[in-house]
Amino acid sequence: MMLYLSSDKLDLFLEKASEKLNVYVPVDDTNGGASYKKWKPGTAVSKALHTTKSAKDFFFPQTENLVEFKMSGKNIEIIDPRRETEDYAVFGVRACDVRSFGILDKVFLSDPVDTYYKNRREHGLILGLSCNRPAETCFCGTFGIDAAEPMADVDFTEADNGYFIGANTEKGTAFIESLGDIFEDRGAAPAEEAKAKTREIMKKLPLANLTTDGFGGDKLDELFDAAGWADLSEACIACGTCTFVCPTCQCYDIKDYDTGHGICRFRCWDSCMYSDFTKMAHGNPRLTQKERFRQRFMHKLVYFPSNNDGEFGCVGCGRCLASCPINMNIVKVMKKLAKEDSGK
Amino acid sequence: MTNETLIPYLGVVTDIRIDTPDVKTFRVLTPDGVKPFDHMPGQCAMLSIPGVGEAMFSITSSPTNKDYMEFSIKKCGCLTDWLHMMDVGQQITIRGPYGKPFPVETELKGKDLLFIAGGIGLAPLRSVINYVRDNRANYGSVQIVYGARSKDDLVDYNEIINEWMTDDGVEVNLTIDREQEGWDGHVGFIPNFVKELNPDLKKTVLMCGPPVMIKFTLQGLMELGFEKTQVYTTMELKMKCGVGKCGRCNIGDKYVCKDGPVFRFDELDELPDEY
Repeated sequence: MMLYLSSDKLDLFLEKASEKLNVYVPVDDTNGGASYKKWKPGTAVSKALHTTKSAKDFFFPQTENLVEFKMSGKNIEIIDPRRETEDYAVFGVRACDVRSFGILDKVFLSDPVDTYYKNRREHGLILGLSCNRPAETCFCGTFGIDAAEPMADVDFTEADNGYFIGANTEKGTAFIESLGDIFEDRGAAPAEEAKAKTREIMKKLPLANLTTDGFGGDKLDELFDAAGWADLSEACIACGTCTFVCPTCQCYDIKDYDTGHGICRFRCWDSCMYSDFTKMAHGNPRLTQKERFRQRFMHKLVYFPSNNDGEFGCVGCGRCLASCPINMNIVKVMKKLAKEDSGK
Repeated sequence: MTNETLIPYLGVVTDIRIDTPDVKTFRVLTPDGVKPFDHMPGQCAMLSIPGVGEAMFSITSSPTNKDYMEFSIKKCGCLTDWLHMMDVGQQITIRGPYGKPFPVETELKGKDLLFIAGGIGLAPLRSVINYVRDNRANYGSVQIVYGARSKDDLVDYNEIINEWMTDDGVEVNLTIDREQEGWDGHVGFIPNFVKELNPDLKKTVLMCGPPVMIKFTLQGLMELGFEKTQVYTTMELKMKCGVGKCGRCNIGDKYVCKDGPVFRFDELDELPDEY
């Protein structure tokens, strides 16, 4: 048996949940995309496969104040600007994005722990939503992700005009129990059928056969000097869009801003695709776009796996496939390099 | 000290020494008048002037100096320009220590040491040199080859002349790039000077300087018969966080801020050539 919530009770569920914490749901934007918004009565939950930007914003916001300084004469006062974080839930997170949080955790929760990230992570509850209509740009299966099983704190599976609900963590179980009797008990068969259907669709998608063969922590020598980088990177305009929509990109900049009342030091997303990313007083080790482009993909396909037991730094969400203005993406990179490698 | 890596502590600049036309050495203490934190030779610290910027600097003073920390800094960018304009008493922010030090307590122990420094490259090595001088019994012979553009560009010449050169078992070889009035020492670039000096192949080498010096000196050492496993250096890349997360100093699967900045040349060989 599983818990079941009929579609017409989704608002009731969100309302009950909102009494306990802030609930964010994907909402259609006017430009055809979707983004997470705080739910309030009347908010329509988007049916989009993805939000335009990933859900990493919740733990690793695009900009975040780290520390403030008050300057007077030769003296400086250091102020920790953080206030208490409220508990929140994010509804509708897909399997790819759920996996990406595990990848971000490996960066931010490894020693020394990033306490800004950890605090947000601990206050957040992830409500996953299994995919029922994966798109042509999807390739999460390449990285061993099951689009039908997000493995979030609580997973929702759409079937039988409603949602079948299962908790995967203690936190998720406690949350579901706290909502009282808004759920029914139903046999899990329709949920299993829906999941099987998703898996069947995944097998038929154009990228179903994309493999990670030829990539991994031990492939530095084969890949770094591959001839393909020059062609692949030639048209890159270094806009950094891929980085910003990517659920696993986590490089950041730290900058100071004069607020007029003091100095605010903040961090913000940054991109290794930008020319000034590695630029310093004595020069720049990555002089052309080829090197910057290569860095982004080498990091996901070689360097990250080398440091993380073979886990790749990509979850196959397909956002970069949809958003790159020159139609370049990690899939093209993988295909070209794999072909080049096998042709040797 | 807090646990928060990105929140710095306060430091006060209590002394500024003008070493060369573009290098000053800053003495830093906490507002309570003590050393900000302990470190090992080769480690770095993030210094900042809020509103100007924050950057990574090697700690020039030796850990055996329990009273204060010193940073020899060359004026070459926004933050360093500002630091050079400071007066004594100015507060700054500091956090660290960061990175892997020179293996002074393991691999270098008992070894004959050859230090090779060019220009401001002496700054990180000075920490090791003075650590070794203060723990003399733990190491073999010490040879220091140091070169700069001119006599005026040798950083903290007084310490070199009055302390290093008068130490037993420490050999100092200085060179400058071009002939200069009042200089009767060696003239010429470091790579050739090192070859002329023909150091004993038993020595372990610690080298820091501009990339072009490193490149040709390493080549020269190889020609003399040194192995890459005998030669250490310390790297410099753009850094923001200092703890291997912001991604800037990434070379292959290493982050210079936490896996370096000290590397042995055989370790560098395993990394992509992107530094």
